[in-house]
Amino acid sequence: MGRVQGYSKKIKMPNHLYSLVGADWTDMGYSSFATRRIHLSSRDITPEAVYQSRRDILMGLATGTASLALTGWASREALAQTAGAMPLPGKSSAVPGAVTMDKPTAYKDATSYNNFYEFGTDKSDPARHAHTLQTQPWSVAIEGLVKKPGNYGLEDLLKLSTMEERIYRLRCVEGWSMVIPWVGYSLAELIRRVEPLPGAKFVEFITQADRKTMPGVRGGALDWPYVEGLRMDEAMHPLTLLAFGMYGEVMPKQNGAPLRLVVPWKYGFKSAKSLVKIRFTDKQPLSSWEKAAPQEYGFYSNVNPLVDHPRWSQATERRIGEDGLLAKKRKTLMFNGYEPQVGQLYAGMDLKKYF
Amino acid sequence: MRTWLRSRTAWWALLVLGLCPLAWLVWRTFTDQLGANPAETLIRATGDWTLRGLCLALAITPLRSVLGWPELARFRRMLGLLTFGYASLHLVCYAWFDMGLDWADIAHDIPKRPFVLVGSLAFAMLALMAATSWNGAIRRLGARRWQVLHRSVYAVAVLAVLHFWWMRAGKNNVIEVWVYGLVLAALLGWRIWRRAHNLRGA
Repeated sequence: MGRVQGYSKKIKMPNHLYSLVGADWTDMGYSSFATRRIHLSSRDITPEAVYQSRRDILMGLATGTASLALTGWASREALAQTAGAMPLPGKSSAVPGAVTMDKPTAYKDATSYNNFYEFGTDKSDPARHAHTLQTQPWSVAIEGLVKKPGNYGLEDLLKLSTMEERIYRLRCVEGWSMVIPWVGYSLAELIRRVEPLPGAKFVEFITQADRKTMPGVRGGALDWPYVEGLRMDEAMHPLTLLAFGMYGEVMPKQNGAPLRLVVPWKYGFKSAKSLVKIRFTDKQPLSSWEKAAPQEYGFYSNVNPLVDHPRWSQATERRIGEDGLLAKKRKTLMFNGYEPQVGQLYAGMDLKKYF
Repeated sequence: MRTWLRSRTAWWALLVLGLCPLAWLVWRTFTDQLGANPAETLIRATGDWTLRGLCLALAITPLRSVLGWPELARFRRMLGLLTFGYASLHLVCYAWFDMGLDWADIAHDIPKRPFVLVGSLAFAMLALMAATSWNGAIRRLGARRWQVLHRSVYAVAVLAVLHFWWMRAGKNNVIEVWVYGLVLAALLGWRIWRRAHNLRGA
């Protein structure tokens, strides 16, 4: 029982107002594709400032009403994580494949079941410990083979391109999946502005590793900081997202605030959280999991039901919050269902060898 | 205390206490309190309780000897059977909730995940012990053979920790494995120490 449900159940919002909340919530969770389309036009004609203030009012009402209904400790804790969340709306993305029809995962599940080892290895750890993360001030260092290196402040990055809402499937290497409405823009927008040199073949992503605020960094689960990498063409693909928020709000800390990568056709660990450095190189970066277990995790880590993890099958997955206890797990799709968009990036490659 | 331990109430109290984790899991299942991934929660919780049961069952003999309380012996069988019960639930949860009772998938899964094989082996040994846990079985097998068979609980302890370690190793998340490993090592170590001590004494 989170705020999302309280939202729609407690306030009988007229249909046309749904568009004002930046996203169309329904009792079941998020909106259907059809509803979104219908309301998109009304939202587009509302001036941004008006839209914003109306949304804030609705938001306040929703939180107030929902808190009355919350009783359990878990619910209060969930609320505490989100009570201060700032809205961050995005226009529905026109990028092919960027808005899946799958039903989005409940906000509560998406913000309480996370792998973010900097805050602990248990999936409930990030929601409990990530409140210590300092996201202001924040800047991202752009380094390496680029014409315009330097420190880019979060405020500037937020304004760099139009925020889009993208509803992506997220497939974890562990065999579960979610559907998340992210808010951000294509990483390509940033890459184009910093002008990579011709020699830049790869992009390396380095994430925050602060011993003071991240309890997991004091432990030795991985070699910190957490590092990920993409080939240049993967990084430039329009589906590769630089995300600043989700569910129409600023990114929750446990999900990788203030900005993170989202690469929907790769296993979740490729989507590095809390980015502090983006480096352009001519050599293939060594990602953290590759370094920790090279026989188990490769550089590409594309979702592929035909290539098993050495210790378990990748043929099926459990959709969090959807597939009941007794339901059979669903089949995992090639490139997590993004094969039409990204398949050509890997044409002719032996995906068993380059796993 | 020792008089109470000999009473019927104590026996029932331990049984009820031992079934509390099960009741708690059933309650959470039907009130939708198992979190984002209920199958995983159930599989892990039943596995955790199997390990805890194993530690408790193996602690009886050292405790009895150290405290000089022979009364404790009567709880060993029940703790063993409770452990077997949680292990059975663990297996059922895996086969049903993780594998959807698809035997072909399970057959494919076991060689992929050797820790499943290790766990199954430990379960088979527990099942043998559970099947021969009644007084009649001791008589029929003869005390000596029965004792040899039931010493396989030491192998079960080693396999259970290996099973847990293997499951967690990929994520470098082995602190809990160390806790169970150290507790079980201490309990087995005590037995080795006592044996060596007795031999020297004789």
